Amino acid sequence: MNRTLPRLLMAPAVVTLFLWMIVPLLMSIYFSAVRYNLMQPGDKDFIGLANFEYFVTDPDFGPSVLNTLMLLGSVIAITVILGVALALLVNEAFPGRGIVRVLLISPFFVMPTANALLWKHMMMNPVYGVLSQVAIFFGIEPVDWLTDHPLFSVIVMVAWQWLPFACLIFITSLQSLDRDQMEAAGMDGANPFQKFWFLTLPHLGRPIAVVVMIEMIFLMSVFAEIFTTTSGGPGNASTNVAFLIFKQALLNFDVGVASAGALFAVVLANVAAVFLIRMIGKNLD
Amino acid sequence: MKHLNLIVHTVAAWLATLLIVFPLIWLVITAFKTEQQAIAIPPELFFTPTLESFAEVNLRSDYLHFARNSVITSVVSTILGLAIAAPAAYSMAFFRTKKTRDILMWMLSTKMMPAVGALVPIYVLAQTAGLLDSLTALIVVFTLSNLPIMVWMLYSGFKDIPGDILEAARMDGATLFGEFKHVIRPLAMGTLSSTALLCLVLSWNEAFWSLNLGSSKAGTLATLIASYSSPEGLFWAKLSAASLMAIAPIVIVGWFSQKQLVQGLTFGAVK
Repeated sequence: MNRTLPRLLMAPAVVTLFLWMIVPLLMSIYFSAVRYNLMQPGDKDFIGLANFEYFVTDPDFGPSVLNTLMLLGSVIAITVILGVALALLVNEAFPGRGIVRVLLISPFFVMPTANALLWKHMMMNPVYGVLSQVAIFFGIEPVDWLTDHPLFSVIVMVAWQWLPFACLIFITSLQSLDRDQMEAAGMDGANPFQKFWFLTLPHLGRPIAVVVMIEMIFLMSVFAEIFTTTSGGPGNASTNVAFLIFKQALLNFDVGVASAGALFAVVLANVAAVFLIRMIGKNLD
Repeated sequence: MKHLNLIVHTVAAWLATLLIVFPLIWLVITAFKTEQQAIAIPPELFFTPTLESFAEVNLRSDYLHFARNSVITSVVSTILGLAIAAPAAYSMAFFRTKKTRDILMWMLSTKMMPAVGALVPIYVLAQTAGLLDSLTALIVVFTLSNLPIMVWMLYSGFKDIPGDILEAARMDGATLFGEFKHVIRPLAMGTLSSTALLCLVLSWNEAFWSLNLGSSKAGTLATLIASYSSPEGLFWAKLSAASLMAIAPIVIVGWFSQKQLVQGLTFGAVK
C-alpha cells in the first residue's frame, strides 16, 4: 500500500487546523509588539514589550486573574463534589431512574446566553426572582445576587451547566464498578463510608481527573455568562481574563494590548493542556 | 427496613433532580404566562396557559430570522466538518504510522487554545475580508473549532472496526470508495451520527464567536437571547418563550444522545 493516499485523506484536516492555529498565533505575536488601535489609524510602530507591560500593569489585571482562578476552582469543586454525590444517588435502582437521568442532563444542553438570563432575571432578580420570593417566604432579607455577589452568581450559573456533565460521566464510570468486590467488602464488615473511601473513590479517580481537565479547558474562557449578565462588573468584580481581553479589543479597540493579553491566556491554557494531553495520550492505544 | 431505604432513596433522588431542573421547569411555566402573571408576587402557580408570548416573539424580534441563521450555521458547519474530519480519521485509524499518535495529540492541543486568544486576529481577518456579521465567517469558525473533537470521535469509532473486514473487501477488489460505502459506512453509522450530533449541539449553543462576529444580519439564536439582557422593562414571559424555542430542539437532541455526546467531549477517555 503506498503512502500517498492516506496522506491525501489527512491533508485537509491537518492543513486547515494548522492554519487555524498558526495564523492567529503569528498575528497575535505581531500585533502584541506594535502600537495598533482601531480608533487611531496610523503607522504600526514597533514598541517592544510595552503592550505586555500595559496589560499586566492594568489595575484590572490582578483581579481578573484571581477571578478566573476563583471561577475555575469553585465550579470544579462544586461539580465534582455534588456530581459524585448525585451519581451515587442515581446509581442504585429506584422507580423513575431513567427519567431522572434524562432530566438531570438537561441543563448541560442549554445555551450559555439562555442559561445566564434565566438565572439573572427569573432566579436572581432582587424583587421578582424566585430566590427572593423564597427568602421572603422564610422571612429572610432577599439578596441582590448580581450586584452584591457578582462572581458568585456567575459561578452558580456555570456550575449549574457543568454539574450534569460531571454527574453523567461519574454515572457512566460507576457502572463498571466491580459489584462482587463491593459485596465482599460488605461481608468483611466494611461500612458504607469505608466502601466509598476505599473502593468507589479510587475507582472514580480517573473520571474525576478527566472532568477536572475538560472543565479547565472550557472554563478558562467563560465569556457569554459574564457578557450577558454583569458585563464584568460592578467595577471589575466579575471580570475574568477572557472578558478583560474582550474589553481591550472590542470596547477599547486596542488591538495591541488585547493581543498581548491573548498570548498570556494561551500560555495559561497550555500549562493545563500539557497535563491533559499526557493523560489522554497514555491510554490512547 | 429494605423497603424504607428504597423510599428514602427514591425521594432523595427525585428531590435533588427536581431542584436542579427547577430553573428549566420555571422557564417552561413562565413561557406560557402573560407578562403580568410572570412577575406576579407571590408567583402564580395556577393560571390559564397562553401562547401570547410565543406569537409576540415571532412577530417582534423576528425569531425566524435568527432560527434560520442557527440552523444554517450549525448544519453547514457539521456537514463541512464531517467532510474534512471523516477522511482524516479514516486514514489515521486504518493506515496507522508512528506519527499518527502525534498528529492526534497535536489536533487535540489546538482545541485547548482559548477562543479569546484568537479573537483579535480572527476579528481583523473577518473585517479585512468584509465578512464581519456574515454567516460564512461563523460557519468557518464553527467548523474549525469543532474539527479536533470530530476527528477524535470518528477516530475512536473507526478504530474499533476490525481491520480484517477491510482486508477481505480489498481482496475482493473493492475500490476505496466502495470500501467506504459498503463496509465502513454501515459499521460506522453510529459513530458518524453521534459525531454529527455533538457538532450540531456545540454549534447551536456557541456564543463566544456568535456574539463577537455576528450580531444582527448573521445573528444566531444565542445572540437573540443575549439581546434580552437589557434592563429596561421586564419581559420575562417573552424571554422565556424565546429561550424555550431556542433551547428545546437541542435539549431534546441531547436527551437521545447524551451518552455518546459526553463520551465525545471527553475524547473517549471515559468509557
